[in-house]
Amino acid sequence: MTDSKDETETMEVDVLVIGGGTAGPMAAVKAKQANPALKVAVLEKANVKRSGAISMGMDGLNNAVIPGHATPEQYVKEITVANDGIVNQKTVMAYAQSSYDMINQLDEWGVKFEKDETGEYNVKKVHHMGTYVLPMPEGHHMKKILYRQLRRHRIQVINRYMATRLFNGPDGRIAGAMLLNSRTAETAVIRAKTIILCTGAAGRLGLPASGYLFGTYENPTNAGDGYSMAYHAGAELSGLECYQINPLIKDYNGPACAYVTGPLGGYTANATGDRFIECDYWSGQMMWEFHRELEGGKGPVFLKLDHLAEETVQEIETILHSNERPSRGRFHDSRSTNYREKMVEMHISEIGFCSGHSASGIWTDEHARTTVPGLYAAGDVGSVPHNYMLGAFVYGALAGEDAAAYCADNELPEIDAAEIARERARVLAPLERESGIPPHQIEYKLRRFVNDYLQPPKVTRKMEIGKERFDEIRADLGRMYAADPHELMRAAELQFILDCADMAAAASLYRTESRWGLYHHRVDHPEIDNENWFVHVQTKKGEDGMPVNFKREIDPYVVELDDEDKVAYQQLRVGSGQATS
Amino acid sequence: MPLASLSNSVPVEVNEEACIADKGCTVCVDVCPLDVLFIDEDKGKAFMKYDECWYCLPCEKDCPTNAITVSIPYLLR
Ligand SMILES: Cc1cc2nc3c(=O)[nH]c(=O)nc-3n(C[C@H](O)[C@H](O)[C@H](O)COP(=O)(O)OP(=O)(O)OC[C@H]3O[C@@H](n4cnc5c(N)ncnc54)[C@H](O)[C@@H]3O)c2cc1C
Ligand code: SF4
Ligand code: SF4
Repeated sequence: MTDSKDETETMEVDVLVIGGGTAGPMAAVKAKQANPALKVAVLEKANVKRSGAISMGMDGLNNAVIPGHATPEQYVKEITVANDGIVNQKTVMAYAQSSYDMINQLDEWGVKFEKDETGEYNVKKVHHMGTYVLPMPEGHHMKKILYRQLRRHRIQVINRYMATRLFNGPDGRIAGAMLLNSRTAETAVIRAKTIILCTGAAGRLGLPASGYLFGTYENPTNAGDGYSMAYHAGAELSGLECYQINPLIKDYNGPACAYVTGPLGGYTANATGDRFIECDYWSGQMMWEFHRELEGGKGPVFLKLDHLAEETVQEIETILHSNERPSRGRFHDSRSTNYREKMVEMHISEIGFCSGHSASGIWTDEHARTTVPGLYAAGDVGSVPHNYMLGAFVYGALAGEDAAAYCADNELPEIDAAEIARERARVLAPLERESGIPPHQIEYKLRRFVNDYLQPPKVTRKMEIGKERFDEIRADLGRMYAADPHELMRAAELQFILDCADMAAAASLYRTESRWGLYHHRVDHPEIDNENWFVHVQTKKGEDGMPVNFKREIDPYVVELDDEDKVAYQQLRVGSGQATS
Repeated sequence: MPLASLSNSVPVEVNEEACIADKGCTVCVDVCPLDVLFIDEDKGKAFMKYDECWYCLPCEKDCPTNAITVSIPYLLR
């Protein structure tokens, strides 16, 4: 892929997967398996060997639906309730029904899951109702295993190029993408019959309390690229007011409790060492209780492990300090924190979009199809709620298979040359200026405003002021200056983040009720209003280039809930009613 | 707009005696998801060019000579 500064090279593929983290490699492999004659390429901003949320590995499957431990129906119920009813159950069901096959597929590829003496998967209970957590004590092999599959299936991998925009054909179908090299600032165009967006969460929306731009919960390469690109391509997005907010170790972006320490006896406690939530499973309701305790007189909140036996603490340390976030031990050492001696201070993460953990994403159906023909979305950037890593794999596979079938029936659409030229000029502009404002300064200011004005509890007037501040930042884009290709990548990302901030504000203002606990707690509309808001809130790009919102009916449920299920996640506070964990 | 430069202490330290970038190694540069490591061509050694680290550790784990030490960025320590 060479290209002088004045030219843009063009290549052609059938299936272009954007993002080679978790869902991406799976999508590519499954497309190729479905039809080996297809040209399939994975485009990755970083390097597929070590990219994405699972760059170092993963501690376990958070949502394994394994016969004997949980049924797909039970899982669909659980997610429906955890998400306050706002789900397209068909998409959750499609996940649940493929979950077990995917685990077996990964097992066959060499992923090591925890098994008991008889060789059965050793599943643990963390959720409110069912049993779904499957540990992966050797989860650090994950990326190697995916890489091996990419090579085995002869998938073309393009590292260190980021996609900046998608192109539509004359009839609106997806037609290709603009690429930018983060080291040379070369640009290129890929024409494709189908594109599968697997670009992960919008991880750089809020600013972590530390003020460090890259100290985010999500891998910060995931700036919200896919959300913005889908938006500009005319796709519908959903649930953007249902933010991702996670409980984390204070100042360190490692998750703390539910999945690893919970099954071993650890729990979330207040300053007096008492439990205040019945169930540590991450949900908006749980985060609301967390927030209340954090801000209340018994705050802050802690991870309590100091009551556990020495061997249990050692087991926790081995997992938490070696798999997913292996720098964690160093963090604790620098503050002389020993799990045996004292509780560990916790805090709330910055806000973001992520369907892997909450429900904010590009709207898709149960085949991972977006509303733009030929465009798919899978993983954290899709819209299947609480989908986590296994959901990324399952939806990657569904997307790959469907995309392969789509290719058989469709020709490669044309892309308007003028549009390519416009996009190229937009992307390269900051590098062509002699001076101006560097992207990191604009990003800091933007994300500080996101915290100031969008972070829940949400207040109408604050969000309106936030929008004004975002408009001013948009006006500053014409003065953004990148000193080198690396900064140009950050400049492109900044524009994704700004689009996400506008979309977050618009969707949050549109839904005039409160729902999902802390995720969408509106102080001036504090109640759930099922009469008017038992709907999805969708976002699209309007005529003026700014977000427009509208309601989408909830599809009839495929699994009915009984009354007891409906309130299960409403009563998470200890002593609040019939909830048990 | 005039620009000023501001120095930051960065979380990645490279032991230059151990680093074999001068023999063609680029492993850490290749694996870093944030693309913040570079090779100093004059010295033939790897270094961290931008203070944009997720302290995720692929650079340290994958380095063939154990030349890299990642600390928690100062702001979070
Ligand atoms: C710290 C942490 C711990 C977690 N723990 C667990 C757990 O224990 N169990 C569990 O089930 N789930 C866990 N999850 C969730 C799970 O990891 C994610 O849901 C899943 O990995 C998401 O996969 P993905 O493919 O959507 O995104 P990712 O794997 O993040 O991949 C996105 C990829 O897209 C690339 N990219 C982004 N923008 C562009 C662009 N413009 N052009 C080209 N490429 C681009 C990125 O570089 C990245 O490689 C955790 C997540 C995090 C962050
Ligand atoms: S991986 Fe290690 S030896 Fe190779 S360039 Fe980096 S620091 Fe040097
Ligand atoms: S710790 Fe991660 S982000 Fe930091 S330099 Fe190493 S690979 Fe890059």
